Amino acid sequence: MEIPYTVEPRPDTGLFNAKVGIWLFLASEVMLFGALFSSYIMLRVGSDVWPHGMLNVPIGTLNTIVLITSSITVVMAWASLKLKAFGKFKLYQGCTVLLAMTFVIIKSYEYHDKFTHYFVRYSAGSEVKELTGHIEGSPMNWTLATLNNPTRPISEIRIHPDVASGEHGHDSGAAHPEVITVPTKQIKKLESFGPWHLTYLAIYFTLTGLHALHVIGGALVIGYFWGPGSRMWYSDPERFTNRVEVAGLFWHFVDLVWIFLFPVLYLL
Amino acid sequence: MSNSSHAAADSGAGHDHGDQLSIWRRYIFSTDHKVIGVQYGITALLFLFFGYGLMAMMRWQLAYPGKPIPVIGELLLRVLGPDMADKGIVTPDLYNSFGAMHGTIMVFLAIVPLAFAAFGNYVVPLQIGAPDMAFPRINMASYWAYFVGGVVMLVSFFIPGGAAKSGWTSYSPLATLADPGHRFDGQTFWIIGMVFLITSSLLGSVNFIATIVQLRAKGMSWMRLPFFVWAQFVTAFLLLLAFPPLEAAAIMQFMDKVFGSSFFLPSGLVVGGTPFSGSGGGSPLLWQHLFWFLAHPEVYVLILPGMGIVAEIIANNTRKPLFGYKSLVYSALAIGFLSFIVWAHHMYLTGMGTKISTFFQTTTMMISIPSVIILTTMFVSLWGGSIRFTTPMLFALAFLPMFGIGGLTGLPLGLNATDIDLHDTYYVIGHFHYIVAPGTIFALFAGIYHWYPKVTGRMMNEFWGKVHFALSLVFMNLVFMPMFIQGLEGMHRRMYDGGASYAASPDVAYGLSLALKLNVAISHAAWFLGLAQVPFIINFFVSLFRGKPAPSDNPWAATTLEWATPTPPPHGNFVHPPVVHRGPYEYNLPGAAVEFCPQNQPL
Amino acid sequence: MNATNEAEIKQATRRYVYVFVALLAGTIVTVLASYIPFGNHAVNVAVALAIAATKAFLVAGYFMHLLSERKLIYGLLATTGFFFLGLMFLTVSSGADQLKSLFH
Repeated sequence: MEIPYTVEPRPDTGLFNAKVGIWLFLASEVMLFGALFSSYIMLRVGSDVWPHGMLNVPIGTLNTIVLITSSITVVMAWASLKLKAFGKFKLYQGCTVLLAMTFVIIKSYEYHDKFTHYFVRYSAGSEVKELTGHIEGSPMNWTLATLNNPTRPISEIRIHPDVASGEHGHDSGAAHPEVITVPTKQIKKLESFGPWHLTYLAIYFTLTGLHALHVIGGALVIGYFWGPGSRMWYSDPERFTNRVEVAGLFWHFVDLVWIFLFPVLYLL
Repeated sequence: MSNSSHAAADSGAGHDHGDQLSIWRRYIFSTDHKVIGVQYGITALLFLFFGYGLMAMMRWQLAYPGKPIPVIGELLLRVLGPDMADKGIVTPDLYNSFGAMHGTIMVFLAIVPLAFAAFGNYVVPLQIGAPDMAFPRINMASYWAYFVGGVVMLVSFFIPGGAAKSGWTSYSPLATLADPGHRFDGQTFWIIGMVFLITSSLLGSVNFIATIVQLRAKGMSWMRLPFFVWAQFVTAFLLLLAFPPLEAAAIMQFMDKVFGSSFFLPSGLVVGGTPFSGSGGGSPLLWQHLFWFLAHPEVYVLILPGMGIVAEIIANNTRKPLFGYKSLVYSALAIGFLSFIVWAHHMYLTGMGTKISTFFQTTTMMISIPSVIILTTMFVSLWGGSIRFTTPMLFALAFLPMFGIGGLTGLPLGLNATDIDLHDTYYVIGHFHYIVAPGTIFALFAGIYHWYPKVTGRMMNEFWGKVHFALSLVFMNLVFMPMFIQGLEGMHRRMYDGGASYAASPDVAYGLSLALKLNVAISHAAWFLGLAQVPFIINFFVSLFRGKPAPSDNPWAATTLEWATPTPPPHGNFVHPPVVHRGPYEYNLPGAAVEFCPQNQPL
Repeated sequence: MNATNEAEIKQATRRYVYVFVALLAGTIVTVLASYIPFGNHAVNVAVALAIAATKAFLVAGYFMHLLSERKLIYGLLATTGFFFLGLMFLTVSSGADQLKSLFH
């Protein structure tokens, strides 16, 4: 006996196997991201202060548009297969992969920006001062341990402090004319804006990191159907169309998660 | 039998080149649901044995605190070093490790894989008349993900600092900060192992649901499904939807441990006398919510397949239909549904709000209703049956009162006021072990004895089976019944020395010091329980070669479809696609000419 | 969507383009709305989530052709949605009348 309903739908459910499988998988994904969203709410409700305007909104908006565009190319690729236009399928599917890569590149630029953005607490005379900004030379993830590294000690850091927020809006990366030099021995605490710095950043990195993994995974699958996997079009076109549809369903879900992530993390 | 085997070999040849596969593809990296089921079964039985071993060593420490374990102590010292087993004595760290890993291994690596994955994989496709699971390669991936998860858990015993030691519940902040000396400590391994296990059960549950929805044979309508299939169907849904929140929690705990975030670490934490340097602002309660959102449905994942197995065996050995098949099915569905909204009854002591506690107390009382319906229908099914007391039936019969004790002792724990007194005592240990050990494990033994002839073509020895049953029943109760007494006297579940230091103090309650004396008796019962499994282990292996050949494809004269295949079933299972004409349990129907009617027998 | 005939697919692709335009518009509107001071931040949250929910409906309904999907899928998603909401509301509300509020 062969496994039935791999291509044609089962009469009473009206679905082929993989369609049932992908929706079950997406249901569990809903619970995964749902749990993280619930955690976000619980942490935010329970916190005394919740930072606002820490992310770059224009870049986030751009990335949203990239992902939405990739969603329509995915559905167009499937529709092209339904219309037996294999060339158009290749074009749309290729676009999807490129857009997915664009998304990941933009995302990693944003991550890089966070890892080169610092919080410093230091003593100046009798008072303790705090400031945030970029260290000259844009080093990544320095800590006090990096500065005090016995083999390569760094005696001072030069910081370009952030413009006080409220004056110039969101953009925390804007340069400030004044550069502050702080000797290492006066520094009490030095950390970049990674997940360790704030619970807000922790949930930001967790949610977007997990989402980015989904983007990469989806891009690999879609890329496979664009490349070597597309040979199946000649041997079993109907099954291939189903596969592209199922991969597309996953991709739309990834898009859908981002539709919620964007306002929740960037705007609110 | 030999005829049908030949026919099967012919039909199997066309499918996936069944006969030309290398040994590797056929037995190790097989995509056949039966091979995967057996792989799951054997691996899970080994983990069951290992998990028991951990507890057997802990029981020595509880009975004879501070004394080196004979023989094994020397071994522990050589393998784990003096940090963990100085002079062969179980150190507090090692005791905590063993406790946490006993729970983890028993739940996630032994019982669930055995009850859900092994029996489900082998039996469900056969019972619904399918050639295989809907996604055979995903099925194989599921097993290997489980295998890797198990290896990660085992490896964690040998890393510096030892395996996870914050209980199987891994409550933060304790779990996050338990081993400040190592960033990649046992807890980190635990998280990584759990992610593999979660992936495995996710793949498995998708496969099970898709298979049951899509691959039922012609005529196998929903209300003709054997109850075992229903139980597995509900179980699969629990795994599918309850595990992801734990995965989310595991990811966050991983972030806390490896990247220094503070999801579960509140502000103002002091660790070892110094203020914690992280950002703080997290919520320890959040971990508990996400953990128990999985772990309560998980309890039903542990018990539902067992109920399914017992239902099959009871119908078959009473030679009459199950009483109230439909109420069984609806009860299983109700349990599945309600089990998602009872989880915080594990958290009454967290200082959670009283209104929400009341809500969870109410839903907890509600979920006992379908459980009692299931138990009652099974008891009533015995009424008027001409019962065959075979080994599987004995285990199935013992399941009923054992599960009853476990379930009823759970009611005081579900009620807010009484739980505050009983929380984290040995009473809790006794309660859930009655559900899982003499409950589910007995059901699993019943299943092994019942389906062994289908898998191997040989029967297991009845006499040694009955010896195994009698000894197991006695010692199971001797282990777990005294724990209720200890718990009611207030003995805490995590005391390293079994409470010896408490008993030594002059103002300890008389009852408690008496209850502590039970430790020695319980430990001996636990070790004898292990010995009682020897007849089973020998029987299991000897019957493979020397067992009485199964007299036919259907040695138990059963009605469900798995007995309509050749023995053992070939690749692709059925010689001809089966067509189902009747319900699952048509034994001794009034007016019927035959004693039983298999589901595929035409009207 | 189980449409097989060509005209239906062509009609569907036109619909996809409309949905795409609506999604772009939704994105712009969310960003702009986040800069409008509604007085209460809760209003901003509500507006942003309402727009996100609309966009999600468009993606799920049209791109994932959920609007013409089978009953079985609806049942699955309704169950999942119910448990997700249970997880979210029960978890978040468990802090509502917590003991700690007595000490603040």
